[in-house]
Amino acid sequence: MFANLPFITAGILIIIGIVTIVTQHNLIKMVMGLAVVEAGVNLMLVATGYREGGAAPIFTNAPSTEMVMPTAQAMALTNIVIGIATTALLLSFILIIFRKYGSADVRDMRRLKG
Amino acid sequence: MIGEFWSINAPALLIAIPMLGAFATPLLGKMGKTPRNLWILLITALTFATSALLAAEVYTTGPVIYTFGAVDPAVALVSDSGGIPVRIIFNVDAMSAFMALMASVVGLVAGIYSLPSGKMKSGRDGYFSLLLLLLVGILGMVCTGDLFNFFVFLEISSLAGAALVAYRIDKGVAVEAGLKYAFLSSLAGLIFLYAVALLYGQYDSLNIAVIAERMQFGFLDKVALALFLTGLAMKAGAVPMHFWMPDTYSMAPSAITAFLVVSSQASLYGVFRIAFTLYGLRLNYVTVGWFIIILGVLSMLVGVSMAILQENVKRLMAYHSISQTGYMLLGVGVGLAVLGDPAMMESFGLTAMEGGLFHLVNNAMYKGLLFLTAGAIFFRAGTHNLNKLGGLGHSMKLTMLFFIIGALAIAGIPPFNGFSSKLMIYESVFAFNPLLAIIAMVVSILTLASFVKVFHAIFMGPKRGEYAGVNEVPVPMLAAMGILALLTVLMGIFPQQFVDLMIRPAAGALVNQGSYIASVMGGL
Repeated sequence: MFANLPFITAGILIIIGIVTIVTQHNLIKMVMGLAVVEAGVNLMLVATGYREGGAAPIFTNAPSTEMVMPTAQAMALTNIVIGIATTALLLSFILIIFRKYGSADVRDMRRLKG
Repeated sequence: MIGEFWSINAPALLIAIPMLGAFATPLLGKMGKTPRNLWILLITALTFATSALLAAEVYTTGPVIYTFGAVDPAVALVSDSGGIPVRIIFNVDAMSAFMALMASVVGLVAGIYSLPSGKMKSGRDGYFSLLLLLLVGILGMVCTGDLFNFFVFLEISSLAGAALVAYRIDKGVAVEAGLKYAFLSSLAGLIFLYAVALLYGQYDSLNIAVIAERMQFGFLDKVALALFLTGLAMKAGAVPMHFWMPDTYSMAPSAITAFLVVSSQASLYGVFRIAFTLYGLRLNYVTVGWFIIILGVLSMLVGVSMAILQENVKRLMAYHSISQTGYMLLGVGVGLAVLGDPAMMESFGLTAMEGGLFHLVNNAMYKGLLFLTAGAIFFRAGTHNLNKLGGLGHSMKLTMLFFIIGALAIAGIPPFNGFSSKLMIYESVFAFNPLLAIIAMVVSILTLASFVKVFHAIFMGPKRGEYAGVNEVPVPMLAAMGILALLTVLMGIFPQQFVDLMIRPAAGALVNQGSYIASVMGGL
């Protein structure tokens, strides 16, 4: 149970994020929800890479114990970088929309219909 | 010397050339318009040449493996790695080569079509950079043999695509469409990544071949499969996750819309790759096959019935895109549903899959052509509204001809390519379940009805006063439409040759999971 705590937390974070995206009307809050989902996925990735008592995978002068496979950390790092790019793009879109529409409420985004 | 280097490193160069091109474009833009345009032509043509070279190699000698960072790129397993491929591998089989070739053709066409700038004078360098990055994303998605790498390229194509959709801000409406696309794509990407994490936690690898070999199909694998299919179907625009597609396709510049069609199809490729190669026979293939078939039938019906109501020509075409995606899902879904039954597979399953894949490339050609003609009409007449357009057939004769070719192809009229692939789907699906084939035919008739209406509204009727000054679009745009129209006609006249040459090996590569695993893990 205790060992599974990180995975459960990751699942809870993702659910919180998706609920935020679905229930909030403010675009900025929706982007925040997306960021929470992303944090949950990152936590999931890092948690899969954890080995109890494993050393950092640096081979020089390393003690001869188990080492952690760094792939999961590398994936999480890559996803953080991608997440920053996505969030920046989304926020800049919202900025333009706010300038043009005078609102950042999703209920005002009704110009594309049909 | 250069030729040898080029042919050995073709899978890496396929990504490297457009990426270099993308980041060098702003520099060349400083030198002026002509050097930049020549650079775009050079890069897209080189990418096309590389993918053609790669495809030729794959079709003659079998799958090509490219291991990044290895001494010998053709060897996936190093002797001291313990039988596990540790590096990122590009695994280009017949299916990947076919998708890459299609993407690079449309990339070349989109590049040529975008050269005349029209009313947009500023920001053209960024536009071309993003166009090339979108090409990088699509090519990476279809070539990679690594799940995380697939996610990275998926995000590259999503971000570049979203920025391009919003490129014409258009009083904020285009940005609204871009926002929807970016939001949905990121969410789809995160769902995909979560599934990758589930599989990585169990099988300690990201390589598709390794996971496929170790696949147990336990509970977590089923969850991962559901997440993969949800995420990728969202990106591919299948009903009920289609709501972003009309907005995005109608607001993007037309060359980009033609390219986004290919981007969606790369996600569709992801669906097929996951279902056939990653899970394969261990899958509960009848259930998943029927799930894909039902998604396909829903997409066909909802797409075409919404399309009939539209007044904006690009929105109308976007709904038809949804409905055409349904045909591909139907064909390949039927193939998946009979995957474990060699007799049924032999009698109609393979034909259904070939029909679905053939329809995929045909759709990229005629749908791209139709979107480009819609862009040409907007370029001169300045509106997409069918009620305001009329009588353009007098002044835009070539555009009208291209539109007729595209419209007849999408409606499945011989001798155009849509007919040949739809016929393959009808025949094989009829053997599987007659009702599905009848639905497919009805959708096809409705498609024809809808395009007759569009044709009449745009091109027929007397000359209108407000379009008196309208003349034919610039030569590069005509050339781009001409390439796609030529391919549409050629593939319709010689369908058998084309299927034998490219589609049959691609369908075979999807069905034959063992050879994909063996190409990485050895032991063929």
